Amino acid sequence: MLSSRHVLSIADLSADDIARVLETAESFAEVNERRIKKLPTLRGLTVINLFLEPSTRTRTSFEIAAKRLSADAINFSASASATVKGESLRDTAATLGAMACDLVVIRHRFAGAPRMLADMMDCSVVNGGDGMHEHPTQALLDLYTIRQRLGKLEGLRVGIVGDILHSRVAGSLVRALRIVGATPVLIGPATLMPSRPDVLGADVVLDLDEVLPSLDVAYMLRVQSERASGMPFPSVREYAALWGMNAARLGALPSHGIVMHPGPMNRGVEISADVADDTRSLVLQQVEAGVAVRMAVMYLLLGGADSGAAA
Amino acid sequence: MAVGTKAVVMDESAIDRALTRIAHEIVEGNRGAEGLALAGIVTRGSVLADRLAEQVRAIEGVSVPVGTIDISFYRDDVATRLNPEVHRTDIPFDPAGRCVVLVDDVLYTGRTIRAALDALMDYGRPSCVRLAVLVDRGHRELPIRADYVGKNVPTSGRERVKVLLKETDAEDAVVILAERGEE
Repeated sequence: MLSSRHVLSIADLSADDIARVLETAESFAEVNERRIKKLPTLRGLTVINLFLEPSTRTRTSFEIAAKRLSADAINFSASASATVKGESLRDTAATLGAMACDLVVIRHRFAGAPRMLADMMDCSVVNGGDGMHEHPTQALLDLYTIRQRLGKLEGLRVGIVGDILHSRVAGSLVRALRIVGATPVLIGPATLMPSRPDVLGADVVLDLDEVLPSLDVAYMLRVQSERASGMPFPSVREYAALWGMNAARLGALPSHGIVMHPGPMNRGVEISADVADDTRSLVLQQVEAGVAVRMAVMYLLLGGADSGAAA
Repeated sequence: MAVGTKAVVMDESAIDRALTRIAHEIVEGNRGAEGLALAGIVTRGSVLADRLAEQVRAIEGVSVPVGTIDISFYRDDVATRLNPEVHRTDIPFDPAGRCVVLVDDVLYTGRTIRAALDALMDYGRPSCVRLAVLVDRGHRELPIRADYVGKNVPTSGRERVKVLLKETDAEDAVVILAERGEE
């Protein structure tokens, strides 16, 4: 029971929706600590993971989430699916619809593909990452992880560091942070900043070392060599020196400050190996939160769906 | 509001006496507090479980472990309705080999207890499971009965039975609420 029957963009969610997802996820986190990590909640429902772009961790996370709720999880991956044989998204949607699925998680290299799929299908659609647009469940799990460690979200300053331009993680996280009353700060080389960062509603700072002492969270983005055209910075070494998180910069954060990364990490580029393994780096907690948060999203989308007004 | 209080069926001292009796019955049935554990169903069942544990401590001088069960994810009607609030399930003991007493405020259709049994079994295999409720209002839809009952309250399906407890509602009372159209 969220205000939308799809999760396509953080912009579709209200502050109440986000609070609801985070609270429900807390209950699911408890399930993930049990020996028997399975609930009968979504028994008989079918979740299709339509991943038309390579992904292992997000797909696995959604798959585990669905299976722990007893839903049947089916994976369609890019290389194995008919899309490489030329099938259009419209035909894929019709095919999945004919198989009577209840929820589709889609990852696609084009922004807006999940919205298009949602318009064509009767079931709920969750955006598992679309092009350079959004990755809403990643932002939700990031909020969950931050709140778990720092005890609150409101009033925090979260620095998002690196390739803002190509990052759908940043796209969702900035919107989500603003909804919960935190302050996003975009940090990175000018060549990797969107041309209109003001549209996102975040401050832009070009010098990482200048803002570090004021940040509660340093969120390091992955250098996405597969998305960037040409070379947006002179060398990997220069990037690491100017924008990478290392032991010295970790020391410049306030003592409660934490480091996050959506993974997979390029060790030695945006984050040094010693920081990645430090107790103040929450990379693995993020992965852990991912399963609980995705369980919560599936539960809230698929539960209560048969009746608008419950008795 | 569509509902009004029709009758108070238990007051504070009646609830207190019923819980004292149930605590004695639980200890008697288990021949002591050895191997005993309580599991309250949120929210008022867990309050009652805490009170029963206190009573058992007064009788036997030992603390029995108390857990909390939220049945939201085990409901048989997830497809049609969601609980507005989901709480954490917390079973701080291993149920395996223990006699676990499920505690709830009102026993009605039995569906909540069915869900709570499934939830409990996911934590381990208790040697036995008993059921203690403050009020049994009848209208069972499943073959479930309580082992310990505070008070049997015959009701019509149109009425609502509400248990109020100090910890959650600022007072102790069991009231019957009449739906509109009946008064």
